[in-house]
Amino acid sequence: MSEALTTAFALLVALDPKLVEIVLLSLRVSLSAVAIAALMGLPLGAAIAVGRFPGRQTLIVALNAMMGLPPVVVGLLIYLLLSRSGPLGPLGILFTPAAMIVAQTVLILPIIAALSRQAIEDAWREYEEQLRSLGAGRLSAGLTLLWDTRFSMLTTILAGFGRAAAEVGAVIIVGGNIDGVTRVMTTTIALETSKGDLPLAMGLGTILIAIVVAVNAAAYLTKELAQRRYG
Amino acid sequence: MRNGSILPLRLHEVSFAAGGRMIIDRFSLEIEAGPSTIILGANGAGKSVLMRLMHGLLSPTSGRIQWNALERPGTPRKQAMVFQRPVMLRRSAKANVEYALQIAGIRKTQREALVRESLEGVGLAHLARRSARVLSGGEQQRLALARAWALHPEVLFLDEPTASLDPSATREIETVIRAFDAAGTKIVMATHNLGQARRLGDEVIFVDQGRLVERAPVGEFFSKPRSAQAAAFIKGELPWT
Repeated sequence: MSEALTTAFALLVALDPKLVEIVLLSLRVSLSAVAIAALMGLPLGAAIAVGRFPGRQTLIVALNAMMGLPPVVVGLLIYLLLSRSGPLGPLGILFTPAAMIVAQTVLILPIIAALSRQAIEDAWREYEEQLRSLGAGRLSAGLTLLWDTRFSMLTTILAGFGRAAAEVGAVIIVGGNIDGVTRVMTTTIALETSKGDLPLAMGLGTILIAIVVAVNAAAYLTKELAQRRYG
Repeated sequence: MRNGSILPLRLHEVSFAAGGRMIIDRFSLEIEAGPSTIILGANGAGKSVLMRLMHGLLSPTSGRIQWNALERPGTPRKQAMVFQRPVMLRRSAKANVEYALQIAGIRKTQREALVRESLEGVGLAHLARRSARVLSGGEQQRLALARAWALHPEVLFLDEPTASLDPSATREIETVIRAFDAAGTKIVMATHNLGQARRLGDEVIFVDQGRLVERAPVGEFFSKPRSAQAAAFIKGELPWT
């Protein structure tokens, strides 16, 4: 055990190329997924927050429920869509990083949309009369609120990133955990542990935890500073 | 009456009910340009709802609200409202005023001067770059007035604008309200503060339990109220003004 720890530490310090490659792929996949999910999820959350349309309540409940989607189920669904006989089979992206980005995007889009909807709706309750008094329509009110809740939005995005970076079920199914192609931190940890090769798994585990802690600390600090500066 | 003026404002038998309760009960009234109008009444009399109906934030359950000229969507509003608790955007004081101008469709080149003029008008020029939401309650309310000032509204609605402020902040707000009046803006203000009604008003509309009870010039209202409710209200409230 202590031997494994020492080796893990050596891998980290030496910036072992294999380890670096895995970390970089993880970041590339999860950051891309977060960027896409934020581009779609934030406007969606704002639209649901200030919009009034039939089925709104149902949509909110569905979105909230989808925050807890099991990653393996999302992986399975995306697998079926992307598999050779599936509707998106011709794209030929199964077992590539692109497929992993798609799966993680689907996984965290509901999180970003649902959390931003909540924050923007709370703000809308406070601002509605003032914005309507000034003559702002719903579209411009939505955009105003997105910007005014920007620090909550940042926290929301980071929550999405934390979820994406830490999940293993979706990426292992659609990525296939192919060495040098689709192997990310979480899938490598799963594989190496089951093979009994602990050092690489522990090195990656340390990095993963460090990233998640850093992201949460950043979210907390941003919110704290913003609160003090902007009220 | 100016051509194209949105005044007078006419209310025909306007009622507003919520949760099975009549909050405004068959209100008929005409508001003309000129004298400052004070809507006076106890808490819960329906003053705030009445103002929101006039300003268009609420729609009446029955009855008609008619402005002399319609405000076309997409053109700057000719009326503004200042609320009891000001709502400021998470940006600088200056940017809050500029936001109102932007929504009103005022061109960017003209905004700068209007922003400066209105912040100076309420004595907040030195705080222009400060974040609006960390200003004191009185400063935020003055900023809300600056935001309205920049729009040069024909009518300004004020809903208990000093209810949560201390006496010195209240005096500052009242000074700005007088400046609006002097600049020709029609003031329609709800308050339950008799001293303020006397200081700022030309006429009083007295509301009790959602009904229009009495309308009179301010001096007459206080010296010889015609209704028993108004007399009781004046008596009951006087010791605290």
